[in-house]
Amino acid sequence: MVAIPSRHKSLVLLAGVILLQVVLLAVQIKRDSQGRLIRVWTVGAISPFQRAGAHGVGSIRGIWNRYFALQNTSRDNEQLRRENDALKLQITQLQSKAAEADRLAELLNFRKLHMDVPMVGARVIGTSPGTASVTIDIDRGQRDGIKRNMGVITPDGVVGKVIESYANTAQVLLLTDKDSGVGALLADSRTQHPVGGTGEPLLVLKYVPNDDNVNNGERVVTSGMDRIFPRDLPVGTIVEIKPGNPFKQIRVRPAANLERLEEVIVLLTLHPLELRTESEPASRQTPAANAAGQAPLARP
Amino acid sequence: MNDTYDLRSSESHIEVHKFRTGAIIGSLLLVLFLQAFLPLYVPKAEILDLPLLITIYFGLSRRNPSTGLLLGMAIGLAQDSLSGPTVPLGLYGIAKTIIGYLASSIGARLDTEHPAARFALTTVFFVAHQGLIALTRRILLAQPEPWFNMRLFVAALVNALVAVFLFLLLDRLRKR
Repeated sequence: MVAIPSRHKSLVLLAGVILLQVVLLAVQIKRDSQGRLIRVWTVGAISPFQRAGAHGVGSIRGIWNRYFALQNTSRDNEQLRRENDALKLQITQLQSKAAEADRLAELLNFRKLHMDVPMVGARVIGTSPGTASVTIDIDRGQRDGIKRNMGVITPDGVVGKVIESYANTAQVLLLTDKDSGVGALLADSRTQHPVGGTGEPLLVLKYVPNDDNVNNGERVVTSGMDRIFPRDLPVGTIVEIKPGNPFKQIRVRPAANLERLEEVIVLLTLHPLELRTESEPASRQTPAANAAGQAPLARP
Repeated sequence: MNDTYDLRSSESHIEVHKFRTGAIIGSLLLVLFLQAFLPLYVPKAEILDLPLLITIYFGLSRRNPSTGLLLGMAIGLAQDSLSGPTVPLGLYGIAKTIIGYLASSIGARLDTEHPAARFALTTVFFVAHQGLIALTRRILLAQPEPWFNMRLFVAALVNALVAVFLFLLLDRLRKR
């Protein structure tokens, strides 16, 4: 047998390891499998730290707000400073609580408006560890009834869809990802066009012919045709229109603040839904939504 | 056993560094956690590729191509796993395997302890890493990806700058 010179061993190992990964890639594409076992192990190893981190940051933020952020107050009058600090402390705490209450109230209002739609609130605990995908991790998973392809929203608008669900966590592909898309329509003209991500903060409204009349500032809402999101959920607002060949190049600013997500709502059904607008009465809920059952909105 | 030793005593003195027990695994877990966690609170941190910086650092320090490429593969596959099903296992894996190999091969030939050398090498490796990802996407996944843009250039410089300070921190994990 021919021995491999030691200086070439690492080159052989490199070739072998790359070949192995190319085969792994090919198998995933051919069988449409996604190496779920490896992903489950890795996510299982990292997600406890993410959960702990999310809580840790909350605590550190609290300590920071309660003490360090107030360090610059005057030292001239110790008694007055302490009193001042205590008052500021209370204000910071109250502001933080008020902000949280506002967010939760918004979620609750949304929930009340759509009582018959099964949904669950979730806290964002992580993001994608690279630029190849734009995803977030949430602290709810299969145990809370979350499955792949379920829609994820905030009261402001569409966020994305669940692409993987593990026991206690799930991964959500954000609208801004290159592979993401949503069936949408222009709120004014009601013409349907898909909206997709580009990997950048703005979305793209696709396949709009150059002779169609579209205006800056026009709202884009879901069409419900993708069977993931209910109709008329805000997707975004048109911020840039350029002529293109053969279609216009239209950029859309997402309605939900996808760069600062803290809590989201997962629509717990894979059946088509129809959400009511605020002006519509409760009796106009579709049978599909009623059939989907009711689930409480858990506090994130 | 010596913790550091001369790789090629006939030429310039290039030391192979060893690290405290658990330093490599600990750093790896920490950067994976930070990479997934930091952008939540500092959205601009999304520009950083900490797993790549760790791959480069340990490659340059250990100076063993086999170790470098295996570590790169492990880090890359872990990053693939955490990126969700839209990123196939192997995308970052292949890129980081090659970067791990190159870093440790170059580390065995050059003295890479100086911050300027580290800055330059990280910039080059970052661009090469993105090039490898674009190449893998184009050839193996049939997904067109731009080879180069201004954002990549800025990201390379920012990562290189962070690397200079990160590497100084990581130097403290070396056995003396």
